[in-house]
Amino acid sequence: MAALNGAVENGQPDRKVPPLPRPLRSLEVKYTKIFINNEWHESTSGKTFPTYNPSTLKKICDVEEGDKPDVDNAVEAAKAAFQRGAPWRQMDALSRGRLLHKLADLLERDRVILATLETMDTGKPFLQAYFIDLEGCIKTLRYYAGWADKIQGRTIPVDENFVCFTRHEPMGVCGAITPWNFPLLMLIWKMAPALCCGNTLVIKPAEQTPLTSLYIGSLIKEVGFPPGVVNIVPGYGPTAGAAISTHHSIDKISFTGSTKVGKLVKEAASKSNLKRVTLELGGKNPCIVCADADLDLAVECAHQGVFFNQGQCCTAASRVFVEEQIYPEFVKRSVEYAKKRLVGDPFDARTEQGPQIDQKQFDKILELIESGKKEGAKLECGGLAIEDRGLFIKPTVFSEVTDNMRIAKEEIFGPVQPIMKFKSIEEVIRRANSTEYGLTAAVFTKNLDRALTLASALQSGTVWINCYNALYAQAPFGGFKMSGNGRELGEYALAEYTEVKTVTIKLSQKSP
Amino acid sequence: MKKQGSDSNPAPVLPALPEPLKDLKIKYTKIFINNEWHDSVSGKKFEVFNPANEEKICEVEEGDKADVDKAVKAARKAFELGSPWRTMDASERGRLLNKLADLVERDRLILATIEAIDGGKLFSTAYLMDLGACIKTLRYCAGWADKIHGRTVPMDGNFFTFTRHEPIGVCGQIIPWNFPLVMFIWKIAPALCCGNTVVVKPAEQTPLTALYMGSLIKEAGFPPGVVNIVPGFGPTAGAAISHHMDVDKVAFTGSTEVGKLIKEAAGKSNLKRVTLELGGKSPNIIFADADLDTAVEFAHIGLFYHQGQCCIAGSRIFVEEPIYDEFVRRSIERAKKYTLGNPLLPGVQQGPQIDKEQFQKILELIESGKKEGAKLECGGGPWGDKGYFIQPTVFSNVTDDMRIAKEEIFGPVQQIMKFKTIDEVIKRANNTTYGLAAAVFTKDIDKALTFAAALQAGTVWVNCYSAMSAQCPFGGFKMSGNGREM
Repeated sequence: MAALNGAVENGQPDRKVPPLPRPLRSLEVKYTKIFINNEWHESTSGKTFPTYNPSTLKKICDVEEGDKPDVDNAVEAAKAAFQRGAPWRQMDALSRGRLLHKLADLLERDRVILATLETMDTGKPFLQAYFIDLEGCIKTLRYYAGWADKIQGRTIPVDENFVCFTRHEPMGVCGAITPWNFPLLMLIWKMAPALCCGNTLVIKPAEQTPLTSLYIGSLIKEVGFPPGVVNIVPGYGPTAGAAISTHHSIDKISFTGSTKVGKLVKEAASKSNLKRVTLELGGKNPCIVCADADLDLAVECAHQGVFFNQGQCCTAASRVFVEEQIYPEFVKRSVEYAKKRLVGDPFDARTEQGPQIDQKQFDKILELIESGKKEGAKLECGGLAIEDRGLFIKPTVFSEVTDNMRIAKEEIFGPVQPIMKFKSIEEVIRRANSTEYGLTAAVFTKNLDRALTLASALQSGTVWINCYNALYAQAPFGGFKMSGNGRELGEYALAEYTEVKTVTIKLSQKSP
Repeated sequence: MKKQGSDSNPAPVLPALPEPLKDLKIKYTKIFINNEWHDSVSGKKFEVFNPANEEKICEVEEGDKADVDKAVKAARKAFELGSPWRTMDASERGRLLNKLADLVERDRLILATIEAIDGGKLFSTAYLMDLGACIKTLRYCAGWADKIHGRTVPMDGNFFTFTRHEPIGVCGQIIPWNFPLVMFIWKIAPALCCGNTVVVKPAEQTPLTALYMGSLIKEAGFPPGVVNIVPGFGPTAGAAISHHMDVDKVAFTGSTEVGKLIKEAAGKSNLKRVTLELGGKSPNIIFADADLDTAVEFAHIGLFYHQGQCCIAGSRIFVEEPIYDEFVRRSIERAKKYTLGNPLLPGVQQGPQIDKEQFQKILELIESGKKEGAKLECGGGPWGDKGYFIQPTVFSNVTDDMRIAKEEIFGPVQQIMKFKTIDEVIKRANNTTYGLAAAVFTKDIDKALTFAAALQAGTVWVNCYSAMSAQCPFGGFKMSGNGREM
């Protein structure tokens, strides 16, 4: 897994390992209001909602609860900031890029604060928040900062007497609805390309995890983005989220979350004003281990691939297909790994796995575990909650899983690894593809031909060969089929945030 | 290089202009190889002069073939597979370029002062324009570093094919004296962004800012050998680069005459790839429906900027007959209000030419203009008793066969000619072996777009001149160059 890949200084001769960062004790949560026009507002209704620490089950604080009127205010601000002649529209593209770089600088400056806040709000281990989530945020911001002044249209040789060129214009006001599994990272994945292309934003962070998104509001203001360019409205899906997806003045919506809600978003977008839609949804991602694979590598990658972030990843390797010959050994080693996995306080530097995000998810995961037992899968280890520990679940491995079991079909989003057997490549391709999902896939083999064959045959937006969760700002990411629409990251994300205008000018004579 | 668009752009404001540094000590005068400073192998040094007073600034180590060989070896080693530079993430290369931009910003005043003293450049221009362009170009290229994409290609048959856009290797870069620092950055920024290593030879008249950059490159953290700087002369150090069997590419900005020698040497040696940015005799076409004040101003700056020492100088101004007299009158008025003097002082609008050779060449061409029958409207000779100053000069009634209408003058001498029809002026504008830039002033869309297509020039400006920015490609048609920069 791309664990600490980005964090080490690259190519520099001095390879001293810096001491591990430490979380802040007693961090005061400063930003709990609605962020519009670079100012902090209370909710129109006067209501607030609590946000909890899933590790301690204690309330962290109350946050202003945004609903339709607040979304309306935010959209108005975003629209005004997008007007012809407004500072954001007049600004050189290079300057937009500079602002994104400065935002990255501030994230670097406040990295410990943000990682501490993210851990408090999500339960993810602090060192992972620091080295993976925050690293991804900073690099993604810098990547898109670089694109800002390189968004080029084309000149096109059309027939007859015309000069023809395209402009790649910003879409306008973009709504962004972000999930609770990587709150800050998913926000940056949307914010960076949107701003890079010159759009303005109205963001609704997940109600379970609004705190890091609100903190970013303070940094947006500090960096100097003009008021109204970024607006953040915390609240719930059916209220604030729906207000965004149905809004007639929002030109585009980008949603990361479950496939079920993704469908509602796309429906609402169509029914209202045909706003453009980008969706990053769920997955039931096949991880195919061939007999000639480097077995240690495959076991470790498959393990991290499913257990990372408490199993709460759209990319979770939740169907592990292992070639018959190595199946028993693979299961044995996977169980060893799972048993060693340290579950505990996310602020402890040794912890690898924290709590699940909330009671609802916790219950759903346990229910699916029960279904696995009932439907005849073999429980190798784990299989229940950690007693008296709130939302913590033991790392669970099932073997002898068959394709018709619920644990083989439904997205679990928890620390549960189903391992199945396969005989031939053609068979595993067919089985891997028989799902409505299609987000990622992984293949472990040393054979070049097999690797490339599978890379072509698998119906997934990303195919990893001999690695897992290798995600970088430069490479596009998104789903086939019902795992999503469109792509985030890479150059491809730019297409999600620009609208193409063709300009055709008549000439009196044909020009070369 | 006037920055256009700054009028309607509220966000980036030009920084306040500080005073140039007094008693600036020149710290870097040696050859820069492997992030270290070396004496020349021969022991020789050469002198660097201030063209405003003809006084020596300092001595600099004189690189020759032996030093170029050392530099190329270092650059080759830094480019080896498995080296820090080759294994570095592309995004990290971008970080280093951004860091270098930060350092240039930090030392902006030092660099601008050196550039003004060494190059005879107005300090205000050096600080605001040259340094501004350097910083922006570095940041622009920094952004490209991890976005250099190849393609996957659907080939016939059972094949999987993709392209990689790999760095070329060791790149030799020969820099001119008119925009020493900007041209240095124009070459190293894209080269480094793509993962190459470089051996740079700055012009012998103006090596100082390039050498200062050596210290910043080291401070930014570029691995040793990635950038090497060998000051010296063209026929020795420059030729050593263009003939070198282990240099994979040479990029040269300078005269067309020397550009031809470089390309020839590249062909004779190892077929190294060649980029050339050469001279120009750029046409500036003014129609009767143009905004006359704007046109006069742009035509003026387009020629007289930096004492006329620009490859893009609009040195053939074609004015449509009906407005010719008025255009000439306003142009003369504009050229007369000049204060010449020490380029470090505020209020000075024109500095010296770079050296005696250029000074004499320009005066000779002015004489030819007088002899061949052009009408001298103002100026026409040298100024002051020290330094290489020439009065701003305007010729009207210039015809296409005169030397001043055909040869690149590279001095403060403006030629204004008359035209009647569109087809005629297109023909006359294109009637040159040069093809660097061109401009047309008109409010008519049809005319503007027709000229954009018809003119044989690498850049066509409409209702402006010298509008350049890091995002736009720049280069010449015909004998004004090969390839594009930016």
